[in-house]
Amino acid sequence: MTGVGRVLVFVYGVLALAATGRSVFQIIDRFHEAPVAFTLSGLAAVVYIVATVALIAPGRVWYRVAWGTISFELAGVLIIGTLSLFAPAVLGLHDIDPFGRDATVWSVYGMGYLFIPLVLPVLGMLWLRKHRPIEPVQDATSGAAS
Amino acid sequence: MIEWFVTLQVIVACAAGILCIVLGLVGRLPGDVSMGAVALVEVLLLVQLVIAIIAPAAGNPPSGSLAEFYIYLISAIILPLAGGFWALVERNRWSTVILGGVCLAIAVMVYRMGQIWFVQGA
Repeated sequence: MTGVGRVLVFVYGVLALAATGRSVFQIIDRFHEAPVAFTLSGLAAVVYIVATVALIAPGRVWYRVAWGTISFELAGVLIIGTLSLFAPAVLGLHDIDPFGRDATVWSVYGMGYLFIPLVLPVLGMLWLRKHRPIEPVQDATSGAAS
Repeated sequence: MIEWFVTLQVIVACAAGILCIVLGLVGRLPGDVSMGAVALVEVLLLVQLVIAIIAPAAGNPPSGSLAEFYIYLISAIILPLAGGFWALVERNRWSTVILGGVCLAIAVMVYRMGQIWFVQGA
């Protein structure tokens, strides 16, 4: 991992840390208040951790894992962000305050995290597109089938 | 927690963050200035830890959750160590940018810690 990609990994790491810290605390302290939202919060935290690892780890498998987790994040922030704004009751949220007690990383498109959860997957995808894993030599001659 | 110290900490962390990011973007490797700025941020965090341990006993309890406060504080104390270690292991301009990112993340975390102590639950 060299160059500007390291900054991407670093930001992913910080977001993973932030999401993990907050969701662990919410789940231990007041899971019953908004079980759906806090479960999603925990799930998001795990996905951020996997995405961070997948960006660092070499190889085609991890490259696919990175695509999968980063796509999942983009879908999550868009779907949960929309639900938190227009149908907070579905998530069992009491208010839509992105800084409040029930807030998750994805509430209001990640507003409580300076919209980083919304921007980061897009940057991640752009980076992945430019940095495909290096093909093994025998594959390089076998044509465009892959 | 002492309110003016929180303000000071946020300002210093923001300044150190911007400084390191600018130094990194102009191509400087992590050096005395950037590492020193991060070290200053770390020292202020350790002072904050001492204040947080003493304050509740001195009649200055947090209005919010002390556990949540410590999750932020401990993570914040670890960040510069991790970022600094990475900067020493792999020295290039982007490690300087990352040091700046560490400082900005800490500024946000200290701001949140202030909210937990003074605003939350009050």
